[in-house]
Amino acid sequence: MDQSRASVSPRPRRGGYGTAALVAAVPLVFVGVFFAYPVVSVIARGLDGTGRVHPMDVLRDTDTWRIVWFTFWQAAVSTVLTLAAGLPAAWAVARNRFRGRGAVRALVIVPFVMPTVVVSAALRATFTRLGLDHGAIHLDQTVWAILLAHVIFNVAVVVRVVGGYWALLDPRLIEAARTLGASRRDVWREVTLPHLRSALWSTATIVFLFCFTSFGVILVVGGPRRVTLETEIWRFATQRTDFTTAAVLAIVQLSFVITVVAASTGAERRAAQLGGLRRVVNARRPRTRRARIGVAAIVTTTLLFLLLPLAVLIERSLAVGNGYGLAHYRALVHRDNRSALLVPPIDAIKNSLSIALQATLIALVIGTLASFTVVHGRRALGRLLDVALMVPLGTSAVTLGFGILVALDSPPLDLRTSAIIVPIAQAIVGIPFVMRAIVPMLRAIDPRLREAATTLGATPMRVRLEVDLPIVRRALAAAAGFAFAVSLGEFGATAFLARPDRPTVPIAMFRLLGVAGSSARGQAMALGVILTAITVVCVAIIERAQRGHRVGW
Amino acid sequence: MYRPTRRRRNTLLWCAICSLGVLVIASCGDDSPTAKAPTVGGSGTSAASKCFAKPTTAPIDATAVAATDTKGTELTLVTHDSFAVSKGLLEDFTTKTGISVKVLKSGDAGAMVSQSVLTAGKPLGDVMFGIDNTLLCRGLNANIFTPYVSPGLADVPAALALDPQHRVSPIDVGDVCLNYSRAAFANATPPKSLDDLTAAAYKDAFVTENPDTSSTGLAFLLATVAKYGDNGFEAYWKKLRANGVEVEAGWEQAYNESFGAGKGKRSIVTSYATSPAADLMFADPPVSAPTIGVVDDSCFRQIEFAGVLTGTKHPEAAAKLIDFLLSKTFQEDIPANMFVFPSSTKATLPKEFITSVRLVDKPLTLDPAQIEANRDDWTNRWTKVVLR
Repeated sequence: MDQSRASVSPRPRRGGYGTAALVAAVPLVFVGVFFAYPVVSVIARGLDGTGRVHPMDVLRDTDTWRIVWFTFWQAAVSTVLTLAAGLPAAWAVARNRFRGRGAVRALVIVPFVMPTVVVSAALRATFTRLGLDHGAIHLDQTVWAILLAHVIFNVAVVVRVVGGYWALLDPRLIEAARTLGASRRDVWREVTLPHLRSALWSTATIVFLFCFTSFGVILVVGGPRRVTLETEIWRFATQRTDFTTAAVLAIVQLSFVITVVAASTGAERRAAQLGGLRRVVNARRPRTRRARIGVAAIVTTTLLFLLLPLAVLIERSLAVGNGYGLAHYRALVHRDNRSALLVPPIDAIKNSLSIALQATLIALVIGTLASFTVVHGRRALGRLLDVALMVPLGTSAVTLGFGILVALDSPPLDLRTSAIIVPIAQAIVGIPFVMRAIVPMLRAIDPRLREAATTLGATPMRVRLEVDLPIVRRALAAAAGFAFAVSLGEFGATAFLARPDRPTVPIAMFRLLGVAGSSARGQAMALGVILTAITVVCVAIIERAQRGHRVGW
Repeated sequence: MYRPTRRRRNTLLWCAICSLGVLVIASCGDDSPTAKAPTVGGSGTSAASKCFAKPTTAPIDATAVAATDTKGTELTLVTHDSFAVSKGLLEDFTTKTGISVKVLKSGDAGAMVSQSVLTAGKPLGDVMFGIDNTLLCRGLNANIFTPYVSPGLADVPAALALDPQHRVSPIDVGDVCLNYSRAAFANATPPKSLDDLTAAAYKDAFVTENPDTSSTGLAFLLATVAKYGDNGFEAYWKKLRANGVEVEAGWEQAYNESFGAGKGKRSIVTSYATSPAADLMFADPPVSAPTIGVVDDSCFRQIEFAGVLTGTKHPEAAAKLIDFLLSKTFQEDIPANMFVFPSSTKATLPKEFITSVRLVDKPLTLDPAQIEANRDDWTNRWTKVVLR
């Protein structure tokens, strides 16, 4: 396997090493300065011996391992369920053409920007309405509610990442297999699954990490009896000012995440398909009646689940007095005399957009450079980057937020309260998505293309600019949409970093919800609706702009 | 699929390295001489003297403050998410003193104090507002404040100024109390005391917040400790649990969702003494009389303080901001914005406050040092009784 890949990704020739080093150095320095250094600093601070507890006592405590076990299994089960729920939808959207397909693609991303408080409130309202909040079958404040919420939040990752790969599978392969007498199951096992395997691994990794570090869902939907490493790190660091326990738990969390990421990126690499860039295949209208009904049923069910929270959000944003109206929306434009926000709520939208734009750009640049190294760079370096840029997804927002406070507090890196720190923190979350979109494209580039260019006298740099970049650009659109949405919805790290007077929408909503009085609440909901609308529109625009070049999507 | 064994060994190696890392790093702490076993219990009185008697940095001189020209200074006010102020008020301060104020909100009060302890000496701002009596000793023990005796303290009852060294000044006072829905108890007797909550009449009616994740929940736990004592509060909570108490993560879930701001499935909630005023001012549709009632005998007193953060480059300007927080202008702005009472006796209250709410005469209280010494233990014991 390795032998064949060597020919797929030829090392840069002599003279290309300078550029290659630079390409690798930028993402390495980025992750080193803005992730590794802060995290190590804050952990070191927690273990400096001045704490109230002894580090070993935390490890000896059976409660710690009970929490680790619960954190792990709820994340693993959530991941499996999310994959199961997302695969039919990924197939329906990627392989079939139907009216509103673009809208569905943009809509699946909605839960991503929906604040946990709203999704959980919607879920709980639904439980109550269905009578599932008490009695024999009750879901409220149970582990089932956590799993359900995780599926709703993460199904978009499956639909988009796996769907992106699925769209590339040449249908003629399947037809050929069928003609040769393969059953549907054989086709799935021998053709489709191998093709999707690496996408499944990367999706599973991302979803697992999201669930592993899930915060609001655990706290609100799961009820007070369920705690995970993430909620415990937050509780010990912020509520108890016990940095020692928080540091030990952070080490446990990091060790787990590094192990999982190292194992899964390895599996992903092994599963990566080799060979030339597959033909861009246009999705087809479902041909048989059965297929049409299937697609319709899958799309409807998925949207129903995903949009249920949105429906509740919209209903609440319009509820004024005993009826409905737009008063909450109108209230957004001027700063209330009494407001926990200190700025007109509408400013939060401007803040969110400008921060998300910066974060997306950072994520695209760093993610693209890292992808080149992963595919074409030295093997060890590529693997290191692949793991290092994924690990932040599985790291507690408190660890990173407090780390930045401790580490970046003096010149030349006095960035604690600088304007760029929030986009940087959000970009850290977006980078893995960018890489997951670009790496497979780079791997899939036909080596003959590059060889031809080299033979014709192109320098390695030129090859990259003329051959690789145009192809990567197609993948960038999908990546940008995701990074943008992730940034718009990011709450954890932003909450610890949001600078004076510049709240983002999720932060503004959170603050408005903490204020007494139904008008603030209504405004929070109205802000949420606007954020959702903006996200859907932006994601649709970003993807449309690249329609002509799109691969699959 | 064929897999070379080297790969698997790689994965195993990773696992081994990581688990080794955990052990090595954790055992590093072993050698540290000052590390000690987790605090269990602890006596309140000895800690009390420690918290308030700690030596501190030299105080800021009030006469020097008056003499300093602060024009063009930029200050950062570190505060919690619930901080709110009327439009234009901070700008008035700028006009008078030449000091512009940026507000830095760093999460809830717990997160704010933790961040400040973490950044002690290199603070994120110049003044902190919003550390309350439940967190006070944590801040004082970490030496994050510089003493300053503001002239404004003359209008504040001495009983509120808990720190004799004046590292912090009391800015506002509030009570965390049981609230009930008047509609739900239109034809029934609402609870009158903590004891009542354990009665069969209030089965499955009460919702409160987790003291481990919510300051409101913590205040109520402290109320029960103040009332029933270190040895008695667990028995009380056992009875509450048997009577169907619901526990939510935060105030928003308890008050707005479960209690439904008076219209929810639960009819009794842990909230604030001022909830009826908030209800009067912001109910939608408007109401003429409060729909929320307060159980007077259940209230825990919270005092919020402000202090100059040690390490500020502008101690005099920071002191002026403390003066401003104690001034009549700011003090009168507090009630309608943050739903607590001003600490100054000179401040006039808004009419909703005069007609519908008051601070209770005999609130439940605990010594801040005692709280600091025992809160982890109390919340741990609470968790065992109520959640396990």
